[in-house]
Amino acid sequence: MNEGRREIVQIVFALVGIIFLVRLFFIQVLDNRYAELADGNAILREVEYPFRGLIYDRNNKLIVYNTPEYDLQVVIKEVKNFDSARFCAVFGLTREELRLKFKEVKGRKNQYSPFKPMLFLSQLSHVDFARVQDHLEEFPGFYIQARTTRAYQSPTLANALGYVSEISKEMLARDESKIYKQGDYVGQSGIEAFYEEQLRGKRGVRFKLRNVKGIEKGSFKNGEYDTLSVPGANLYTGIDIDLQQYGEFLMSGKAGSIVAIEPATGEILSLVSGPSYDPALLTGKNYSSNFKLISNDSLKPLFNRPLMAQYRPGSIFKIAQAMTALQEKVITPDTRIRCDRSIINCHGAHSNEDLRGAIANSCNPYFHNVLRRMLNKGVVNDPFGDTRIGLEEWNKHIMSFGFGKRLGIDLPNEKDGLIPTPAYYDRAYRNRPWKFSNIYSIAIGEGENLVVPIQMANFAATIANRGYYYTPHLVKAIGENGKPLPQYTERHYTSIDSSYFIIAVDAMQKVVEEGTGQYRARLADVIVCGKTGTVQNAPPLFDHSVFIAFAPRDNPKIAISVYVEDAGQGARAAASIASLMIEKYLFGATKRPHIEQYVLNNKFE
Amino acid sequence: MSREVDISGKLDWISVLLYILMVGMGWFNIFAAVYDETANQSIFDLSLNSGRQLMFIAASVIIILAIIIIDMRFYETFAYVFYAVIILSLIMIPIIGKEVGGNKSWIGVGSFGVQPSEFAKFITALTVAKFMGSVGFRMDSLRNQAILFMLILVPLALILLQKDFGTAIVFLSFLLVFYREGMSPFILIVGISMAALAILTLIVENQWYLHGIIGVVLLVIIFFGKKNFRRISTLTFGAIILILTIESFDYVINNLLPERHKKRLEALVNPNFDPMGINWNVTQSKIAIGSGGFSGKGFLKGTQTKFDFVPEQSTDFIFCTIGEEHGWIGSLIVVVLFVFFLQRIIFIAERQKNRFARAYGYSVASIFFFHFAVNIGMTIGLFPVIGIPLPFFSYGGSALWSFTTLLFILLKLDAHRSQVLQRI
Repeated sequence: MNEGRREIVQIVFALVGIIFLVRLFFIQVLDNRYAELADGNAILREVEYPFRGLIYDRNNKLIVYNTPEYDLQVVIKEVKNFDSARFCAVFGLTREELRLKFKEVKGRKNQYSPFKPMLFLSQLSHVDFARVQDHLEEFPGFYIQARTTRAYQSPTLANALGYVSEISKEMLARDESKIYKQGDYVGQSGIEAFYEEQLRGKRGVRFKLRNVKGIEKGSFKNGEYDTLSVPGANLYTGIDIDLQQYGEFLMSGKAGSIVAIEPATGEILSLVSGPSYDPALLTGKNYSSNFKLISNDSLKPLFNRPLMAQYRPGSIFKIAQAMTALQEKVITPDTRIRCDRSIINCHGAHSNEDLRGAIANSCNPYFHNVLRRMLNKGVVNDPFGDTRIGLEEWNKHIMSFGFGKRLGIDLPNEKDGLIPTPAYYDRAYRNRPWKFSNIYSIAIGEGENLVVPIQMANFAATIANRGYYYTPHLVKAIGENGKPLPQYTERHYTSIDSSYFIIAVDAMQKVVEEGTGQYRARLADVIVCGKTGTVQNAPPLFDHSVFIAFAPRDNPKIAISVYVEDAGQGARAAASIASLMIEKYLFGATKRPHIEQYVLNNKFE
Repeated sequence: MSREVDISGKLDWISVLLYILMVGMGWFNIFAAVYDETANQSIFDLSLNSGRQLMFIAASVIIILAIIIIDMRFYETFAYVFYAVIILSLIMIPIIGKEVGGNKSWIGVGSFGVQPSEFAKFITALTVAKFMGSVGFRMDSLRNQAILFMLILVPLALILLQKDFGTAIVFLSFLLVFYREGMSPFILIVGISMAALAILTLIVENQWYLHGIIGVVLLVIIFFGKKNFRRISTLTFGAIILILTIESFDYVINNLLPERHKKRLEALVNPNFDPMGINWNVTQSKIAIGSGGFSGKGFLKGTQTKFDFVPEQSTDFIFCTIGEEHGWIGSLIVVVLFVFFLQRIIFIAERQKNRFARAYGYSVASIFFFHFAVNIGMTIGLFPVIGIPLPFFSYGGSALWSFTTLLFILLKLDAHRSQVLQRI
């Protein structure tokens, strides 16, 4: 049995060998095509970098665009008769720099190949390129690769826009999409980082044939393997660039932030962070040295205050307290409470206000009392347990305004802020019992509460909308006639009945017309609703000046929060800036030079 | 004991010589594949693949000595135990394995990793051979055939689960062993047809065409031949199996495979599917080999293989370097060496006095043949790209050790063939 099978197996083995040899004879000896293709380094792979998407403001004014820039590449194998002295002269290098450059290129791990174009000098400007272009043919093996870099119409909005720079090794290692290669540019912060996917576009590749002398002989296989680059999507933001510039002008020399939002959509009209920097500094070949300068600056211009600076909310918080108390039905709008300054200090002349009056006068004892009514409703007899239950409910209401958590704006690095929960106090008191008398300073926006300026602007927008908000966002359309990201078209309602908001609106109108904010915040042609805040700072530093506002009272077009650090009362710097911004946005210009001068020249000390 | 260890006179030195030749040539070519004349590198440099390969070769020498010293009965006696261990570790891999290059098939110890799937090759060979050599084994028993198929399909399936398609289908090479030992060629033919059909299912959009073709071919074969009942029913049965294969394969592709795997499979068969990916590799590989001409560009003078265009230059596409630098003459030497080596193993297998050793010998020949055929076939565009190494030439420790073990267990058994009782 099985005779002949051994022979069959042996024949099959031999046959496969013969087939291989015949096939190899065909492709190696008979067919010259392959040898031609391989002649020299026949195929040059040329990357075509895509155009990064442009960024526009709400009136279709260009904010960010691209400008050409040139990288010098070298194919080490093709460098012949290299005149290093001449090269140094043309490219403005010293001999030592040139030597180190070659050493660095050859030392690139897993990257270096003498047959492939390697990055030699990066980011030659248009002017440099024009200068060296004519000399390039003196240096065989060197090629120019064009790509683009970011450019800005004006030195504004740096922190919101972010910057673009070469991808880091760590980022490259983390990138699972395998889209990026070393030397690629990637958005590092701001809009550039958040919308990286939309902005970057798609890289194209062209394969070109070259003969031994390095002369191009057309595309490989008629471009069968070529892909065209696809430009990134343009972004249309809700920013009003004029308003933004005006805001930065007002904030010059100050630390703080301005956030203005269109309440009906949640679009951010301006996002000022002071101090700031010129975004053009972080482009081009001086990126690294400038970045070092900016990041080492003691004023921290890279710190995006509207999103990252956490402050205690101060008196503005009293409006949220009032809404919460009304919803919990522990007071009515007509509830009057005596201004008992023996418990907690107060300011101004008033003695027994109702709710609107208490907000307008920012009465501390009133809200101390209100919070006690909320936290100690007598649900259980034990005062500790009762406070716990009350705080739980209180926290739920306050958080529904968007406090104490990231709003989810379309920028990276947003901070949470803090609205304390019972669990938070358990940790803070290391599980020793706590009750209302331990935590009452949260009543007037001090104590453990923390908010970020964007949350405050969103709060103003929520009151302007009478009870709901759209998550604030910069980009209102991705691509021309596009849409914002889906999460920005969804209304978020607070847990407060919208009927209570009219009381907040009334009180905020009263603040501007008769109360703490009357002198500088009032505008002649429009009803402004606002609230001052003075956030305690550790002495000897001055308190932070805070103001939130929206206008007009009915059908509001702008909601705003202004923080000026170490500038004293909210009625001064912050209220002035907020009203100027509102005036500028609603009427296109300001007609109150004395307020403008007051903001610009007063030292607020 | 000493008499048994000193087997130098009985060792098949022709095979050993071929082994040394191939491993040595492989080592030089691995160096050529990574060589860069401007960097002043040494072939011994441990940061290069060639330097590491030398370490792997040194380790192989230790493995060879161990195999020769160990009692020859050891391999047959413990075959089933090895098998159990290797199956268990293949099951464990998804749990404790680490991922390298998209395949989760490595068990790592620090920065070093071994691939159990590589060792599964010789262990399965030993197990299959032991089963075939066991008392009372009959190839025509359906039950025995079923067990044999299970022995190869279990590791195949487990390795397939690790996404290592190339290593998995190596186990199909055992069909050749079954054929030699008396399995009906019918199964082999149906098997090859099934594989061809599976690929066709991917290419042809509408599988009804395939069903139609099978039907027509069936009728033609029945028409031109003896028309007895047994023949017609066997043929019809075969045709039904083929049609069911198409249906089930289609179902698996469209419903069970994740999108990623589906793409990979489609790229295997459709050259236009991913022009920048797999087809690009084959084009570059052919350019490299083709540019070698009759006598090649000379050692270390290749240019194409140093482009990153040819992927896996040291491992799966090592043959490109040979073709480019040594031309058709070099390719001829390698192909002839391999064919001669395979014939030598068949010769050794046939002179064994028991079925265990012979079946093992055929397993060794079949596994080497499969790697040789698929690997070189893919680099010259005769086969879809399936990532399996060229034995002794490709860079990599696990593969080299596995091939070395495979071969030297056979040589050890061969050296003692006169001590074995006739048991065929």
